[in-house]
Amino acid sequence: MSLWVDKYRPNSFSKIDYHKEQGQRLKNLVQHGDFPHLLFYGPSGAGKKTRIMILLRELYGSGVEKLRMEHMNFQTPSNKKIEIMTVASNYHIEINASDAGIYDRIVVMELIKNAAQTHQLDANEQREFKVILLTEVDKLTKDAQQALRRTMEKYIATCRLILCANSISQVIPAIRSRCLSIRVPSPSNVEIVSVLLNICKKEGLTIPMELATRIAEKSEGNLRRAILTCEACKVNQYPFDKNQKIVEPDWQNYICETANVILKEQTPQNLLNVRSRLYELLCHGIPTELIFKYLLKQLLTKCDMAVKREVIQVASDFEHSLHRGSKVIFHLEAFVAKFMAIYLQYMEDTVRAV
Amino acid sequence: MDAFLRGGKASAGDEASTSKGRKEDKKLKKPTPWVEKYRPRTVDDIVEQNEIVATLKQCLQGADLPHFLFYGPPGTGKTSTIIAAARQLFGDMYKDRILELNASDDRGIQVIREKVKSFSQVSVSSVRPDGKPCPPYKIVILDEADSMTAAAQAALRRTMEKETRSTRFCLICNYVSCIIQPLTSRCAKYRFKPLSRETMIKRLNLICLEEKVSYDTRTLDLLVDMSGGDLRRAITCLQSCVRLKGEEGIVYDDILEVTGVIPDNYIENLLDVCRQHNYDKMEHFVEEILSKAYCAPQVLEQIQEIIIPRPDLTDAQKSHICEKIAVCSWRLQDGASEYIQLLDLGCSMIEVL
Repeated sequence: MSLWVDKYRPNSFSKIDYHKEQGQRLKNLVQHGDFPHLLFYGPSGAGKKTRIMILLRELYGSGVEKLRMEHMNFQTPSNKKIEIMTVASNYHIEINASDAGIYDRIVVMELIKNAAQTHQLDANEQREFKVILLTEVDKLTKDAQQALRRTMEKYIATCRLILCANSISQVIPAIRSRCLSIRVPSPSNVEIVSVLLNICKKEGLTIPMELATRIAEKSEGNLRRAILTCEACKVNQYPFDKNQKIVEPDWQNYICETANVILKEQTPQNLLNVRSRLYELLCHGIPTELIFKYLLKQLLTKCDMAVKREVIQVASDFEHSLHRGSKVIFHLEAFVAKFMAIYLQYMEDTVRAV
Repeated sequence: MDAFLRGGKASAGDEASTSKGRKEDKKLKKPTPWVEKYRPRTVDDIVEQNEIVATLKQCLQGADLPHFLFYGPPGTGKTSTIIAAARQLFGDMYKDRILELNASDDRGIQVIREKVKSFSQVSVSSVRPDGKPCPPYKIVILDEADSMTAAAQAALRRTMEKETRSTRFCLICNYVSCIIQPLTSRCAKYRFKPLSRETMIKRLNLICLEEKVSYDTRTLDLLVDMSGGDLRRAITCLQSCVRLKGEEGIVYDDILEVTGVIPDNYIENLLDVCRQHNYDKMEHFVEEILSKAYCAPQVLEQIQEIIIPRPDLTDAQKSHICEKIAVCSWRLQDGASEYIQLLDLGCSMIEVL
């Protein structure tokens, strides 16, 4: 039994639920049997991957769905061995090069060379090129992106790249100008609701409108999350109740609690407390960007406009230095300490004013 | 991009030479990139860059060719110029007489010492196989020379002088300041100006006509605005639009979509929201922009464009906002979170507006 997310993933452009016009255009694009390098970008859960898979299916037929996992080995110049997991079919190969950390340049170059130098055996039967799908391009180092630029140029006859990124602000312009960029906006709440209703109908379930709307609001435009939440709700309690509790991810609750801890008391002791909580989050591999975002959001709800302004300024500064430095915890903690100082000052001022 | 297209073509050729039948098949099927298709073929086709065209014309008539250094913004025809000139100089022998090194090749000192040196030491005859005269030298084109290391550039110095008899160098770069002094003093420097509006529109008009694309003037205007004097970008963008749309013809919104430009009313709304001094609305708006997958640097750029000419803002306000934009854009460059940076900018705007 598969998850609803996979079970109800559309597999042709006519079946997608939103951005229909864009789907039509993508269909036009592959109709000629050829396309330039593509760069899909959009927030997570907007349907980038779904669209890419549909595109590949249109191109190669259902053969692309027969997937196999492969481990690939690469060796760096300093004789360090790297192992990377790839997912591949006969026609395409998918890889997340940023898994290799700072060695991603080697992975990108080697992989594409390997894949591109083998020609398809029977070019009349199949397309004359393979597709390499690189995910999380925005997480690649600048070095790897530069290398990509050259490799893209060289092997255009035998392979096409499909790049997938959350935001193109971290993709170098040289790559952006070589690809046709396709923006995939996240679905609106109304669209999410209609998708949820549809799925429930197909499952033979009835879902109250209110519940679906609440799930959509909680999911922040992330359709995958919405569907997963919906399924979790069903496991929790069925028949649905419109005031049913919606399960939120643990880490999100944990960050909210952390924010409350910070707001409750602004002392060095408490800072220690917060530190252990932050470590806990980091240990579990929650991306720092998310920690920062939700922590800031939660803290801001309890602040006045004047304080907000100051806090955001401080936050943007520390979040930036976090990317320049190497130890994440320093910057997170510095932000918390600074926030405590600002907040305490503000509280004292208000008390004095009264 | 040039090399990208050329590389594609070259390797396609290699592959096809194995079986002739397939080659013809492919030619029918494969649409050529328009940048390649409408690349100037002769020196006379090159527009706007008068000085260099005049010099090259003299060279074609038999005058000696100096070492060249071309610099200027992308998409102004630097590579096209030298390629066109080389084609006219060498005709069919073009492939043998040219060594083109894209800077994103291996371009360390090793390559300069071995590849370039050995290529330049070979002398060539002054007649073509068919008996016509041709210049007795080869050309080494170093594209994107500004990303060569200083050591590699230094290794070129003596080679350039010693092999003048048999080889000419052409260095192409965007920033002349990245080329070491000894090299610039050995070359004839030419600056390529950004193309003017009229020229670009004329060229795009011609392409649309040839390709039977329906369009209106407003669309072309936008396309030219977006590309900022970079003709290659404009043409690539035009072709992407046409491929996406199929046979329907392109309209204003398609260009916006392909270039990732944010519709102006979004930015105007952001300013309005900030003027209302309402933090919650501003936050909501930032979230909406990001969920539409518009990218933050683009937002910054467009805010700046809109703010500068506005008469209802004082100079102090403008300078304040622009300063913040600069800081945010620097932070984004380092990989900072788009959400927090945009919030920061929004707050600053709330404060000053």
